[in-house]
Amino acid sequence: MGDSPRWMIWPENIALSALILFLVALPFLYAARKPAHDLLRSIGRLADGPLRLAARWLLAAAADMKERNKSVLLAHGREEVEQHIAREFERVAALVKRDLEGYPALQRKLLDEITRVEEDYRKCGEVPPPAPEWVEALAAITTIKSNGNEMVQRVLEEINRSVTEIHEKALVEYRNAYETRHKILDGFMPFWRSLDANLTQADKKLSSLHERAAAIDAQMERYELIVARSDKAEHGLTLSALTQFVVATLVMAIAAGGALINFKLIALPMSEMVGAGDYLTATLRTSEVAALVIIFVEATMGLFLMETLRVTHLFPRVSNLPERLRKRMMWTAFVLLLTLAGIEAALALMRDMLIADKQALLQSLAATQQAAAADGWLAHIPTAGQMLLGFILPFALAFIAIPLESFMTSARTVGGAALVILVRATAFVLRVAGNLLRQSTRALIIVYDVVIGVPLLIEHWVKASRGAAADDAPPATRTVLEVGEQP
Amino acid sequence: MMRRNLVAAAAALAALVLAGCTDQRSHAQAVYLLVDTSGTYAEEVDKAQLIVNYLLGTLQSGDSLAVARVRSRSFSEKDIIAKATFDGRPTQANAQKRVFRDQIAEFTKTARGSAYTDITGGLIQGAMFLNETGAGKKTILIFSDMQEELDKTTIRNFPIDLKEIRVVAVNVVKLKADNIDPRRYTGRLEAWQKRVEDAGASEWHVINDIEHLDALLKS
Repeated sequence: MGDSPRWMIWPENIALSALILFLVALPFLYAARKPAHDLLRSIGRLADGPLRLAARWLLAAAADMKERNKSVLLAHGREEVEQHIAREFERVAALVKRDLEGYPALQRKLLDEITRVEEDYRKCGEVPPPAPEWVEALAAITTIKSNGNEMVQRVLEEINRSVTEIHEKALVEYRNAYETRHKILDGFMPFWRSLDANLTQADKKLSSLHERAAAIDAQMERYELIVARSDKAEHGLTLSALTQFVVATLVMAIAAGGALINFKLIALPMSEMVGAGDYLTATLRTSEVAALVIIFVEATMGLFLMETLRVTHLFPRVSNLPERLRKRMMWTAFVLLLTLAGIEAALALMRDMLIADKQALLQSLAATQQAAAADGWLAHIPTAGQMLLGFILPFALAFIAIPLESFMTSARTVGGAALVILVRATAFVLRVAGNLLRQSTRALIIVYDVVIGVPLLIEHWVKASRGAAADDAPPATRTVLEVGEQP
Repeated sequence: MMRRNLVAAAAALAALVLAGCTDQRSHAQAVYLLVDTSGTYAEEVDKAQLIVNYLLGTLQSGDSLAVARVRSRSFSEKDIIAKATFDGRPTQANAQKRVFRDQIAEFTKTARGSAYTDITGGLIQGAMFLNETGAGKKTILIFSDMQEELDKTTIRNFPIDLKEIRVVAVNVVKLKADNIDPRRYTGRLEAWQKRVEDAGASEWHVINDIEHLDALLKS
């Protein structure tokens, strides 16, 4: 009894208590209907207004960011295409210099060969003299009948002998002439072959030039699209940046694995140099930090090496250095990298020695005798492997500059696009939340009217019975419909 | 002049930042092993060598280790058989450990039993040694049956100071009388626990299986 809430008129019967209270409150709720509606509407507007405003501001900010991202992306893309085109022109220049430099000589050679072929062809055209005219006379003689005349017979035999002799001579001359022509024609072959080879070579050189020209055309087309700020160019560049970002992240993750292996190789021997008992934090030894510093210095040297080699362009000041200074810097970075690689190889050897020493100590401390380790060249393979790894990994780490550059450039685009999406999503959520709140207050107004439905019905009946058509207060059913409409 | 002042200020700031970055707390561990050589327990001294070898294999560069015997009166530096703070360089630390191992091996060969057992004196000596090392973790291992026996002139019934020191009783063998009445054994250990905790020790443990020592020392 004493534990019952104070509002309960009949502590044993909650429902009845609540009903009585409701009936008591009903006239007050009916009387306060208009202010309650206004209050709920105000609350709805109060919540919805700022949210809608914030959503609008966020959308505007997203549009601004998108435009800025587009400008940056296109500028970057334009720069990239310009570099591509410049590189293509350099290639074309190199091709022209290398291949077409000897073009006059090649042309002269071709002309010489053509002239010679023409001369030879002309020589082939010099046919042997035709058969003498007496052949026709001879044909006339053959029609002469001897009729057994010995004189005629002898003359004819003499003519036959002379003609046979002359025929044989003429035949030899013809054969010689054709042999000479065949020889000339045979001599054509090397010239034809040479001509063919020279023409093929010239064609090949010209076709590689043609390929480069096609590449330049493609780049120029891309460049025009970028300059025109087309959506196609933006889409292409965004996709390209996303691919670059993913690939660069992947390569950097692999490089991080390499750096971790490198760290494991040199962390233990570094304790021999800087001591194993000092700590920078509760769990981080100074020797481990020293090992990390060495790895970072190696990566930095690699970065500068790539920068001075103009492979990467992370520091414009480095690529703009005078040629002599740039080369000096390049050699300095390379020598430092080489030195660090040498140090790492030595540290890897030391690590092996330290582990062997520790193992020997533990074996001597153990009560039972351990099996003797395998001796000979097999035992040296891990040592040699560690040393080799220690030497190679710094150079491998040097190449991290390339994916790093890709990562940095593509991260701007990818990050910018992700930010735009995030801002838009936030704006959408705010808009939805605002709408939900506004609709909730409308629903509450309807619920309010439903709760005081009985007095409203009575009011409606009273008004209907009076027959008042133009009433200031709208009927209950109309009110219920009204509150659902747009304000 | 102004520029020089600026450079000096920057250098001082850098030094302060570096000093601030460095963790000034000691991460070293110091272990003081008391080896009971009195009466019949002297026969167990070979096991103590195993513990020392285990400690030598576990402790790192910068850690400290001392082994002392418990005799009729143990509050003396002369009872410390071997002590070392291992060098920061692993090779040097390994060399120190080898020397330490040899010293203990020599001790186990020549150890003689004593008439009385002054564990309290050993504890006081151990606490002094550990506090001098300035180590972050301080442990006293008592390799004994924990049966203290003092002669009439030795005074040890006063409060001792074992603040921030972990005390571990190792290989607490049961005496003949304990076998007759096990309550004597538990009562003895409880009395030691009370005394050690009253002295401000951070922890009290009893370990009869040496393999359990590993987990304790690593915690």
